[in-house]
This record gives sequence, structure tokens and C-alpha cells, in this order.
Amino acid sequence: MTQPQDPIVALNEIAKQFGGVQALKGVDFSLFPGEVHALVGENGAGKSTLVKILAGIYRPDAGVMKVGGEVVELRSPTQAQNLGIAVVQQEPMMFPDLDVSENVFMGRHPRDPFGRVDWKRMYREVDQLLASLDVSLSSHAPVQGLSVAEQQLVEISKALSLQARVLVLDEPTAALSAHEVDELFAIVRQLRERGVAILFVSHRLEEVFMIADRLTVFRDGAHIITAPVSEMSTEEIIRHMVGRELSNLFPKGTTEIGAVVLEVRHLTRPGVFSDVSFALHQGEILGLAGLVGAGRTEVAQVLFGIDHAEGGEILLKGKKVHIRSPQQAMEYGIAYVPEDRHLHGLVMNFSIAANVTLAILNQVSRLGLVDPRRERRIAGEYSSQLSVRSEGVEQLVNALSGGNQQKVVLGKWLATNPSVLILDEPTRGIDVGAKAEVHRIISDLAAKGLAIILISSELPEVLAMADRVVVLHEGRITGTFSRSEATQERVMFAATGQEG
Amino acid sequence: MTTTSQDVERARQHEQVSQSRLYRLINRVRELGLLVVLLLIILFMGIQAPRFLSIDNFEQILLSIAILVIVAVGETLVVLTRNVDLSVGSMVGVTAFVTAYFFKQLPDVNLLLGILLGCGLGLALGIINGLIVSYGRVPAIVATLGTLYAYRGLVFVFAANTTTQVNASDVPSSYLALATTQIFGIPALILIAAAIAIIVGYYLHASPTGRQLYAIGSNPEAASIIGIRKDWLVFATFAASGLLCGLAGVLWGARFATVDATDATGLELQVIAAVVVGGVNIFGGSGTILGAVLGAVVLGTLQNALNILNISQFWLQAIYGAAILIAVILDAFITRWLQRTILSRRKKA
Amino acid sequence: MNRLKSLLISWEALLVVLLLISIFIGSVASPYFLSGFNFYALTSNTMEIAIMALPMTLIIIAGEIDLSVGSMLGLSSVVLGLLWESGHPMWLAIAVALLVGLAGGYLNGVLVTKLALPSLVITIGTLALYRGLAFVVLGDQAVSDFPTSFTNLGFGSLPGTEIPWSLLIFAVLAVVFGIVLHISRWGRQIYAMGNNKEAARFSGINVSRVKLVLFMLSGLIAALAGVIFTARLSSARPDNAIGFELYVVTVVLLGGVNIFGGRGSLLGVVLAIFIVAIVQNVLGLKNISGDIQSLAIGLLLIMSVLGPNVARRIQVVIARRRLVAGSS
Repeated sequence: MTQPQDPIVALNEIAKQFGGVQALKGVDFSLFPGEVHALVGENGAGKSTLVKILAGIYRPDAGVMKVGGEVVELRSPTQAQNLGIAVVQQEPMMFPDLDVSENVFMGRHPRDPFGRVDWKRMYREVDQLLASLDVSLSSHAPVQGLSVAEQQLVEISKALSLQARVLVLDEPTAALSAHEVDELFAIVRQLRERGVAILFVSHRLEEVFMIADRLTVFRDGAHIITAPVSEMSTEEIIRHMVGRELSNLFPKGTTEIGAVVLEVRHLTRPGVFSDVSFALHQGEILGLAGLVGAGRTEVAQVLFGIDHAEGGEILLKGKKVHIRSPQQAMEYGIAYVPEDRHLHGLVMNFSIAANVTLAILNQVSRLGLVDPRRERRIAGEYSSQLSVRSEGVEQLVNALSGGNQQKVVLGKWLATNPSVLILDEPTRGIDVGAKAEVHRIISDLAAKGLAIILISSELPEVLAMADRVVVLHEGRITGTFSRSEATQERVMFAATGQEG
Repeated sequence: MTTTSQDVERARQHEQVSQSRLYRLINRVRELGLLVVLLLIILFMGIQAPRFLSIDNFEQILLSIAILVIVAVGETLVVLTRNVDLSVGSMVGVTAFVTAYFFKQLPDVNLLLGILLGCGLGLALGIINGLIVSYGRVPAIVATLGTLYAYRGLVFVFAANTTTQVNASDVPSSYLALATTQIFGIPALILIAAAIAIIVGYYLHASPTGRQLYAIGSNPEAASIIGIRKDWLVFATFAASGLLCGLAGVLWGARFATVDATDATGLELQVIAAVVVGGVNIFGGSGTILGAVLGAVVLGTLQNALNILNISQFWLQAIYGAAILIAVILDAFITRWLQRTILSRRKKA
Repeated sequence: MNRLKSLLISWEALLVVLLLISIFIGSVASPYFLSGFNFYALTSNTMEIAIMALPMTLIIIAGEIDLSVGSMLGLSSVVLGLLWESGHPMWLAIAVALLVGLAGGYLNGVLVTKLALPSLVITIGTLALYRGLAFVVLGDQAVSDFPTSFTNLGFGSLPGTEIPWSLLIFAVLAVVFGIVLHISRWGRQIYAMGNNKEAARFSGINVSRVKLVLFMLSGLIAALAGVIFTARLSSARPDNAIGFELYVVTVVLLGGVNIFGGRGSLLGVVLAIFIVAIVQNVLGLKNISGDIQSLAIGLLLIMSVLGPNVARRIQVVIARRRLVAGSS
């Protein structure tokens, strides 16, 4: 496709920082009408940040944004919408109690000459929109029961009804079945014919090859390369995505791997993951790699008793166990450091001490009463052991930096004296220095005999820390590598679904 | 045998239409359910005590709930936006007393003036509620709990300087006539309540602003993001609730004739019962005026039935409570069941 | 120094000031205010509400609400009266009344935790249900023939003083609940789940079980309040304590507990109880109608949330102006 025209969206030197972490480092990016442009990169590469800037949710710290040739400063999502930019988020924001048509037209209902809502016309228009997308969704369907795929279709219909010139699809296929992906792509092709510029943010390279015209790779917040898809190969793309020097930031020492502590056999949760089997040894760090949505957190949450598997079994030290609740998991010596420390890991209004002892309240209490000195002592111990920088253990955790917050969560779970420690994205959203510290801590823990499952989407981290790497793709294990076998390319291959 | 693309298209359209019908039916489940319950009660009563089935009796039932319906309409508007108005009882009580007192002091005054006074007072009280919730950012349950007490207290301040009771003999008969007049043989009270229900119900269906109320209750964040004027609309619903309570208060005074400062205490419970039983979601986003009205009718009919069957009225409160519990429990089960069956139905398609 | 400062401008500090002010106003407004007898009247009148405010505090901090307490008070009162009237020994009547409270609380708890239904609606339903059952049990009669040994519980006082027994009961319960909330590990769990239910769950806290126990406790205490109330008024009637639940919630919110959960202290609630009691008492001494006191309470409640909100807005505006001024 030739681009004699001007870009519909042009970003120049766009930068954005979040509390010390540079999410975007002066990137250039442009989008042309009638093209499908894929944006790829690992987690943390800056893709979501770019999308949110386009959507008007974030404002860039630096740089210029032009839409339709004119410089704009987006201050709100409504403004972005008015300029013709429509964004379909991974989890669309809907009105669950209303039907598809009202979700498309809320705030802009078609009216009859008396100013009343013209229901017939609204349903007709939505029917037409849906028909033009060749979808069998009913305009009357209540949004509440819709699948993610269908909700996305509603958002796309909304974008169309808004005469969007730019459609941004943020990881649209993460929750879709193969069939639904085909349907989505048919729509995307249609929109391309109509001259809409489509930004397709995705991890999935096979899909990029299916649908995109050009592709851009981001890495660590920087623009790496933009080229027509026809001129790139999978290996090249992956190399651009991960191509960094694996420096010696993570000093993992060699440890003696002991006996099997945890074994998972054919674990299945229909629709989420299937036939997951692996064994975990004492002193071992098992890396669980894969892309977002691969099912790793879900496996971990089954191990921790938050959810239940429908098939397969879990064995602890050779004995079959049923883990029905987090309490039970803790009794079995399993600890889980969750992915989202704000949502699941910490009580933000509590102090460091209160958070550290939250899972071991019975240990810091005598006769049911919390002993503040014991609490402070334990919190202090873990705080210094993990080098948490604070004004003291009584400080509220919401005043700490991300890295220190993560250490507090870690401390909380170490205090439960687990035999199996599951870490879910333990270094997400923390700065490089803190990352290295956390890695050192994890190494030490393994050296002391702890069995660790490390879930991470950051390849360098997995490769540096893990003794073995298990790769998940869409709920299935697509690769198992020993430390020596694992390379970034191999892992990424397996993570994106290519086997072998 | 090949299927042409036309056949496929036709089949798809047919699927779409039948799905639409299914969905529209599901939306009406609550109202239909209430009608069924109503029919069951009527059937049962028809057998047990035939005098239940008289026109007179039906009129009695409707009369007994007319004022409740007017208040419930306002409450529905508030609840749809994910708020609640606990002060309705106090607002009705205040306006009833003030209006009755007004007529007592000025017996020759124009009837319309008195009505406007009552409604205006209700509107003012509702506006205060709206300001506190929307702009003072006080949670509705706290704010209206506070005004429940404050407004009730206001009546007593007012009443303390006068007499605490207004009797039927104190007020002009034209005022009392409001409650007893009939138009085409139907009591004006019922007609007023019906008119209000129909007008507001239609507004919620036909007005874009009315639809925005549903959006606010369904997903307040999303509503703000797409530019809906949430604060103003929530404020307006509280004002409307106040206005309707004012009107209800005026009619209350006319109907019950003897009014003192404690009137309409506890009305909020009945209103919320009617609204909840009527299928309006306490968390906002769904429900209809028709549902709320049917809820009030079902509860009113139950009360009437108890009366006729000579069952002690003391069962009434317990039945109110049980009705609320059953309605909420059933709602939860039905929603979960529906989601599961709709989901599996579409997966098969 | 920071801690002292935050202590001084805390809500509890404000309440202490308000309490002192109200005592001062009271002593100025009426010569009878500072008498022993008045102390007795002031406290005994509000002890039932005070007692019910204790578990209510925990429930609201945990993120729920229980609006059925007033009705439970009435129901237990009626059960007590009925059993006594039909010849059963007093201790049995009291025991059954308390059991009824426990059962009612259990129903609330099961509906909220096992069926995951919103406590606001559920307890409005049980508010009506329990009150209705009270009427069914006793109709429009009242039982008033109680032995003095019993009624002494309600309006008797510690011999030689003007301290009513009910105040002592409240004091003991307040200390217990205070310890549970602020020092025990269950209190920690309650604050955790009120602040972040998911994080609490992920920390191995059995949120459902804790809430179930809290509702049962609330029912039990409401029944206890019913026993005391009956003793004090020497009367068991189905319409005892209508409207009390709103009063209890008001007092808890005034005490600084956040309606959305996670924040508040028992000390604040205790202070609020006494402030409200004094306000009521003083207005009563000045012969102001009991229901005008509602006006004052209602205003207090609104201001308790509105005030800080407005203050915060003003703070933000000032800070923003300072930022602009500083950068120019």
C-alpha cells in the first residue's frame, strides 16, 4: 500500500513518565487512513500508554500530536471521540443493564421530530451496523450476558456510528476464540476498505501477519522499527522485540535442587486452561512464561485456592490435596504474591506492619489480641531483610514507592513461612534498582530451599532467574526448557503459539 | 442441495428477530411475574371471599395505594441512578401538615394556592437533598437519613408554635374534596396517581434524558466519561422526588383530614418495598415505573386480602418484609439462571 | 510531631471538643443539668441505642449495614413478654429472647454472605419481617406486669449512685468491643475487609464467616437491648423502638465511621453517643419537644460528612492557587 496521503494521526517525540518509570521515551508514530497498523512489543514496552494517550485518557509529558494534520492537545476521552478516534479497550466499558443499541447510542439517541427517542430508527440503524459487520448479534441483546467478543463488537459498532476515522484495538483477540478472531478480522478488513485507520495492538504475531499492513515494534518505551509486514519475518520481529543485552543484573547463584515439593497433573479449568502438568522441586525456581491471558495467573489462583479446577490433580509432597480456600492453601504451605498489589496484595490504608502481618495474625497475637511489639518486630525484620525504604514500619503503604510496596507484599508472604512461593509478576511497575534487589531476594530464597514458581511476562527476568521455564499459550503448555536450553527467541516462539 | 447466500441471510435475520423477541420478553419478566402473582391472589380470593371481586373493592385497593404510588414514582427516579431517598416519609409528612395548616389558617384562600404551596415546599426539600448529594458529595443514604430527621424535626418546630393537629373541621371542604371527587366515576386520587405514573413512565422510556438516568445507574463512571451531566441529573431526580412528595403530602392532608406532625412516619419503608418488589434494582440501572406501580398494587392487594379474610392486620408488616426478601432472593437466582441459560443458548448457536 | 498533629486534628479530637462544649452549654442552659439525677436520666434513656451501636460499628466498618436492629429489639421484647406472661421463669424468657436475636442475626448473615445479597436491602426486608412477627406474636396488647427484680435492671442503678445498671452493661460491652475492634486480630480482619475485600480474601481471611458472626452478634445485642428496654419501660409492646435503627446508624456515622467501610473508631462512636445523649437531654430540660431534637440530630449527621467534604474542597482550591502562584 502506498501512502501518498498525509497521516491521519501523527505523534512526534511523545514522552510519558509514571512515578520515575519512563513509559514512553520520545516516540514517533504515524497512522494512515485505510491501513491496518500493528503495534507489537512485550509487556511494559509502552503500547498501552500510547493507546491511552490516543484515547485522551493520558496527556503526554512532551511531544506533539496531530490529528488530521492539525495539532491537538487531548484533554478528555470525549474530545478524542469528537476528533474521530475510537478505542476498543481490552475490557470494554459498557452499561450492563441496557441493551446493545442503547450502549451504542447512549448520549446521542436518534430523535423523532418531537424530541423523543426514536426507538425504531435506533434499532434499525444498529441492525444495519451489525449487518454491515456481518454479525449475528441482536440489537436488542442485553449487554450483561454478552461475551467479551460481542462487547467488542458493540464498541466497534459505536465507533462506526461515530464516523470514526481511527479505530484502536487494544489486544482485541486476547479473550476470543479462533472463530471469533476470524469474524473480527473480516470486520477489520471491511473498515480498512472504508478508509478507516486501524491500530492493532497485539502480542500475537501470527495474527499480525494475517491482518496488518505495517507494523511498529516498541521496546522499553522506545520506538524500534516501523516497516511493512511483508518485509518482516517472525524471527526478525521477535529479535526487535527482545533484542537487548542480557546483562548481569540478576545474580542467580547455583542451588541444589531437592525433592519434588509440588506436582500438578493434567490440571484443567474449561475455557481457561487445560492439561497443565509440571513438577516443582525444593530450591528450584520454575519460570512460568507466556503472554498476557495465557492462563498463568489462573493456574496460580487454583493452586492458591481462589478458584477450583475441574480436572486434574494437585499433589503436595506426593499426597493428593484439595485446595478449597486461601486458608487451606496457606495451611499446606503455599503462598501467593498476586499480580496486582493494589487490588489483591495490600490494604493501602494500612501500615507496613499491618500489611506484613495480615496473613499471620494468629502468630502475632496472644489470646486473640495483637501484640504490637511482636508485630513491629516481625515487620521490622522483614522490612530490613528486604531493604524496604520507609519512615518506619508504622508508615502507611500508600506512601511508598511501587518497588517498596512490592517488597512489603513479599515480606507478608515470606512471613507465612511457605514451602511453595508463587510470584505473579513480582517486578511489574517497579524501577530497575528495586527489580535487581527483588531478584537477589528471590535467588536467596531459592538457595534456602524454597520452591518458587515465577510467573513473568518479562523474558530477561524469566531467563535469568529460572532453572526451568514452562511456557503457556492460551491455556496450554507449548514449551518446556531447561535453563541452558532457554533463549529469548525460543520462549517467545512458544509464547506466541508456535510450537517447536 | 446448496444454500444460497440469500438463504443464509434470511436465516440470520430470522435468528435476529427471534432473539430480539426473546430479549424483549426477558426484560418484561418482572412485570409479568407480578401480574401472575396478582392473578393468583385474585383467583385465590375469588374462591375464598367473592366480595373481593367487586368493583368497589378494587377501587378501595387503588385508593389505598394512590398516594404511595405517587411517592414511589419519585423514589424510582432516584433509585435508578444508584441512589436512595430515605426522607420521603418526612417530606410527605411536612408538606401534609403545612398544607393542612395553611388551609386551616386561610380557609377562604384559593385552593390552587394551597396546592402550589405544598408542592413548592416539597420541591424545596428535594432540592436541598439534591444539593447535599450531588454537590456536597455526601452519600445519598447518609444525606437522606439526615434529612429524614431534619425535615421531621422541622414539622415539630413549626407545629410547636401552633397546634399539633389539624382536624377535618378546620379545613375548607374544597380541600377535602380533592380526595373524594370523582371524574367519570373514578376517584380523582386514582386518576392523579395514574396520570403521574403514566407521564413519568413515558418520560423514562421516550426521553433521551430519561435514558441517561439508566446509564448513570448502570455505570456511573462510563456515563461521566461519555459526557452525561451526572451531577445535574442526580440533583434533578432528588428535586423531582421532593416535588412528588409535596403533591403526595397535599393529597394526604386532603384524604386523611386529621393531620398531625407524625403523619407519614415510616412511609419510606413501604415505598422501598413497593419499588424493590416491583423489580427496580437497588443498585440502579434497571427497573420501570410500571414495575413499581405493580409492586405497590401487589402489596396493596395483599393488605386488602388480609382485611377481607379477617386475618389480623398484624401480619401485614411481616408480609411486607417477607415480600422484599423473596423478591430480592428470587431476583438474584433468576438473574444467575438467566445468564447461564442465555450464555449456553448462544454458545450452541 | 506529625503523629501528635494528626491526633489533634482527628475526628475523635473534634468529638471530644464537641462533647466538652455540649457539657458546658448544658450546665449553662439548665441548673438541673449537672445533677446526679439528670446524669441518670440522660444515660439511661440512650443505653439501648448505645449498646446496639457497638456491633453496628463493626458491621459498617466491615462494609455492610444492619437496619433490622430496631425491629429485633421489638421482637425480642415481645417474646420476653409473652413467655413471662404465660408463666415461664424470667431467666428462660430472657434466654429465649436472646436466642431469637441470635437466630435473626443468623438469617441476615446467611442471606448476605451465602447468597451474596446486598445487606442494605436484606436488612430493610428483615426490618419489616421481624417487626411484623412482633405484631403477630403480641398483637396490640402489651405485657406490663414485670417483677421489680427485673425492672431494676432497666431503671435501677448501682446502689448508692445514680449510675444505671444499663450504663454499666454498656461500659463493659464498649470495652469488649473496643478491644475486639482495635486490638484483637478479628478487628484487624474487619478493617482489612472493609478497606479491600479482595485483598483480605487473598490474605486467607474468611470474610464470609466474619460477617456472619458480626450479623449474629448484632442480632444478639439487639435482643439484649430489647431485654433492657422492656425492663426500663416495664412494658413489652410490638411497637417498641420503632425507628431506632436509623438512630443507631446516625450515632455510628457521627462517630466518624465511614459509611463505605474501612474507617472509624469505637471511641468516636462512644463520644458521639454521649454528645447526642446530652443534646437530647438539654433540649428536653428546656422543654423542647422530643421530635425537634430530630432536627438537631439530622443536621449533625449531614454536617458530619458535608463538613469534611467542603473543607477538603477548600483545601484543594487553596493548594491549587498556591501552586499556580508559586510557579508564576
